Parts: sequence; structure tokens; C-alpha cells
Amino acid sequence: MKLSLGPVLYYWTREALLEFYAKVAGSGVDIVYLGEVVCSRRHNLRLDDWLDLARDLGASGKQVVLSSQALIESESDLKALRRIAANGEFTVEANEMGAVRLLAGRVPFVAGPHLNIYNNETLAWFAELGATRFVLPLELSRDVLRELQSARPAGVETEVFAYGRMPLAFSARCFTARHHDLPKDDCQFRCLDDPDGLALQTRDKAAFLTLNGLQTQSALVYDLSDAIAELRDLKVDVLRLSPQSRDTIAIIESFHERCAGRPGASLEGLRVAPPCNGYWYGVPGMEYRVPA
Amino acid sequence: MSIPELVCPAGNLPSLKTAVDNGADWVYMGLKDETNARNFAGLNFDAAGAREGLRYAHAAGAKMLLAINTFPQGHAAPRWQRAIDGAADLGIDAVILADAGLMRYAAERHPQLRLHLSVQTSATNYEAINFYHERFGISRAVLPRVLSLAQVADVVKNTPVPIEVFGFGSLCVMVEGRCALSSYVTGESPNTRGVCSPAKAVRWEKHGDTLDARLNGILIDRFAAGENAGYPTLCKGRFEVEDETYYAIEEPSSLNAMELLPELAQIGIAAIKIEGRQRSPAYVAAVTRIWRAAIDAYAQNPARFSVQADWGNGLARVAEGQQHTLGAYHRKWK
Repeated sequence: MKLSLGPVLYYWTREALLEFYAKVAGSGVDIVYLGEVVCSRRHNLRLDDWLDLARDLGASGKQVVLSSQALIESESDLKALRRIAANGEFTVEANEMGAVRLLAGRVPFVAGPHLNIYNNETLAWFAELGATRFVLPLELSRDVLRELQSARPAGVETEVFAYGRMPLAFSARCFTARHHDLPKDDCQFRCLDDPDGLALQTRDKAAFLTLNGLQTQSALVYDLSDAIAELRDLKVDVLRLSPQSRDTIAIIESFHERCAGRPGASLEGLRVAPPCNGYWYGVPGMEYRVPA
Repeated sequence: MSIPELVCPAGNLPSLKTAVDNGADWVYMGLKDETNARNFAGLNFDAAGAREGLRYAHAAGAKMLLAINTFPQGHAAPRWQRAIDGAADLGIDAVILADAGLMRYAAERHPQLRLHLSVQTSATNYEAINFYHERFGISRAVLPRVLSLAQVADVVKNTPVPIEVFGFGSLCVMVEGRCALSSYVTGESPNTRGVCSPAKAVRWEKHGDTLDARLNGILIDRFAAGENAGYPTLCKGRFEVEDETYYAIEEPSSLNAMELLPELAQIGIAAIKIEGRQRSPAYVAAVTRIWRAAIDAYAQNPARFSVQADWGNGLARVAEGQQHTLGAYHRKWK
């Protein structure tokens, strides 16, 4: 199995991003997804910067994919999307159907986690359109994955989100700006203050969700590190690890070891929050099952 | 300028009849199973009910839509395909689909069957809508409740597909079809099971003067004595963020875009949709009657249109949470 590093879902400073990817270049991931998928206002790196970074990472042996935005609302969003789709150099991850229209039949693409590929017929259709890899929707279980794998079209790789806070929902509303009583159009980029998102807890102090601008994530960290043997048996090709502000490289190395059949460092102190894995077992996503 | 059609919800036969009687151009319904996004106990139609509903609607000159707008998982598509076959056999005027595999099936097997793109498809831009049009020949697309009026206008201008928007009812703050919050908490979501914050996961707990509303154990809201305790839809509770307790995601309000009717007509919106298949026949009757009156008044004299006080009061009485918003149509909401 290969390891991929998902796009950075938070808004980090330019320096933090460049420093992060310099370390990623020497890490054990095979595939790196780059780009801004959450909010079009975030601009610390522009497309040209991402392309420069992509070339650097490519030179260090990484396969680079440019991820596109999950919610496309405006003409300027579409303009940015068209530039990504027409980059001519790197594979693109489509995260909504507008991107698919720009890519289908022209170049091979990755069908991202937000495209709602829930069944075999839909997967077959995406394969015909030119998808060479698809990312399983987060809320699907190993049982559904087994069915998808049993009739997977030739030439399509399967990628599973295996580590990180889960992107559960998108809105036109910015919840970070709302928290700071700011209009979205004048948000002052307050999400820069929260390199792992803004914690939302219940009134009885349970960690519940994470606000990340337009995106709502789980508070808990999805962690399939104990299911690696099962993922391999299911012929999953790629495990996706989602970046966090600290210890991402150590997490990559731990998964790398585990994929090679070695024990790998404990993730206990490396996670930014307690783990969950319910979706994998077909139960509420927030639950955690200790593997038998 | 076009006069938008009025599309009304029917959770059962009485609702369907009252929607038709009160002037709906279209009624939409679902089957009694997980093929639709209001898969609630006691709701929806079996084959005999659908046949009777269709007869009633057609006799009055109204059209009927069947929502098959959840996503079959793994090998499960044949069950959803049978629902599409049934709709075609019955002569339903159109089906509302969300899953691409099902759209392809319908387009290939039942080329005469009209396809509407469900809001659950999350098609928020014209590139996406035009793609479904090219591939499956969709006849209408329902926009997610996330676009501002200017963005809606931009979509209409750039697609040959007639556009339907939500005008009234419960408000999703998240992009429809892209929200797994409910399955994160309860294991069931709109995409997978056609439900959000399902009633079977709700527990009410009284502690002295306070009332806790929990969803599979998660405290969604805590009501003080005298506070109006609404249904714990998980995005509409009060939570804590940096020691501040508030409706961190959305207030328990509902959408009412009636005052935007002139703009929506001028933009060229083909149809306005009323949410609420899970609501009572009384709700359907009141909302359909008032929106019919508003659309007719606008058609008669566009320049003089204004929302009548009794329309507003009538809608306020049936709104969720008794509070109205223009939602994303109004840029400030974002």
C-alpha cells in the first residue's frame, strides 16, 4: 500500500506551509495532494506557488496531485478551477462535479472524497470519465468498501482516508468568521489563529466538532492505523493521512512502518485529539472500537 | 421574466391532495423506504398511494415528482433502480435523482422519463449542472441552499437547464449532499439513510428546571425553564466555542424567501420549492395557499408586488423555530 498526504485543510502561514512541505519531501509518503480545498479567500500560497512546490516535491520523488476546491460558488471560483484543471503538468483531484466536467475525457484525474461515489455503478461511470483513483467517501464502512472492491473497474486505484480529523460538512457560511462576529467578506483571516481548527464542544464539555472556516470537521481524529492488515486484504492501494500542525511527519513514519509490517510508533501522543473509527465498522463515526 | 412554478411537499395522500387543492403546480413525494431523503416512520407512499396521488394530481392539472434522492451503497443500486422503473411504469411526471449511477440508469432505460437534479447532488455551479445536462439530459436542477441571489443569477444565465430554488421551509446550513454530521453522531445521514438527526437517536432528559436534548448521547441543546425546546437537529443546537455558548452553526430558524419573489422571477427561476414532506397536511395547506396567492399576485402586477401582512403571519405560524431568515440569498448570512 502507498501512503498519501492529503491537502492541508487549515489556513497556515506561508512560512509554515513551506517549512512543512520541505519536511514532507524527505518523508515516507508516496503521494502528496496540494492546494486549497476549503476557502477561496485563503491566499498565502497562490496557484503558481503551489505549482513551484509541486515541482520541488516531484523532484524529491513524490507523486503530486493538485486538489481542487470542494465548494464552487462563484465565477471567480470557476476561473481558479479552470486554471488548475488546465495546468497540463500535474494530475488533479476533482472534489465537485464542475471540476469533473473540466477534466472528463481530457486527462486522467483523481475522484476526491466529496464526489459521493457510494456504489459500483457510480464508480464504473467515473472510471469511464477518466478517474484513475477514487477516494472512498468518509462515511462508508469496510463492508461497503468490500462490495466496491469486488467490482472495481480495471485501472482504478482505491484510496481510503485513514488518519486525521474528518471533513464532515461544507457550508457557504464561514463558522470561524461567525464566531468572531465578522462578515465572511471581511473575515480578517482569523482562521490563521487556529492551525488545527477551532474546537467546538457541547455544553457538558464533550469534544464534538472542529470549525475550520466553511468546513466542519470531527473533533476526534479518525485513525485506521489498527486496520492496516484489513485494508491490505481489501486491496486498498493508498492510505490518506490528513495533515495537522504538529507531528505529521512522525505520524507518516508510524504508518510507513506499519504498512511494512513492522509495529510502528504509537500514535497516542501524536494525535491532536482522541481517536475514532466508527465509520469503518459501520457504526456512528464518532465511536471508537478497540480492535479485537 | 417568467412566473415560477410552485413545487410543494407531500408526505402522505392527505398532504398531496391539499397541496393540489391549494394550487401547487407540482407535488413531490417519496416511497416508504430509504430511497428518499425523508425516510421517516409513518411517512411516504406505497405503490397504491402513489397511483392514487398521481390520479388526483393529474385530474387537477398538477404534476407529480418522485424523489429518489439518496445514494445506494455498494451493490444496493438495483433496489433504487426498481423505484425508478416503478416511477416510469406509473407515469410519474419526473424523478428527482442525486446519484450519478442512477441518473445514467434512468437515462438509458427510460429515456422518456424526465430527470430533475436533486439538491442532494450538491451542484452549486453551472459547470456541474451543464455536465449532468450533457450526460443525462436533466430537465431541471434544484440548487443547494448556499448561493447568494447574484450567484443564483449567474447560474441561470450560464445553463440551458431550468433552475429550481428553495423558497420556504427548514434550512440546511450545510451544502446538501455534502454533510455527514448526522452519520458521525448517529450512524445515519441524508446520503446513506435519508435522515438527519433521526428521532430514534433523540433523548430528552429533565434535570430540575433544565431540559437536555441529546442525540445519541451528544448534548445538542440545554433549555432553561420557559425556553421553547425545539427538535435537536444537530447543527441547530447551542455549543461552546472558546468559552462562548451560542448557536455556533445555525439558529433554529427556517427559510422564507417570499420577499425575494420579484428578484427570483426576474432572474428567470423556473420553480420555487417548498420544503417539508415531514410536516403536517395543515402546514402544506397553509404554505401552498399563501405562496400560490403571492405568485399569482406577482404575475398579475409585478410592479406592485409586496408581501401581504396576512401572508407573512400565516407563514410565521408554521415556521420551524418561529424565526425566519433569507438564508444564503442574503450575502450577510454567510
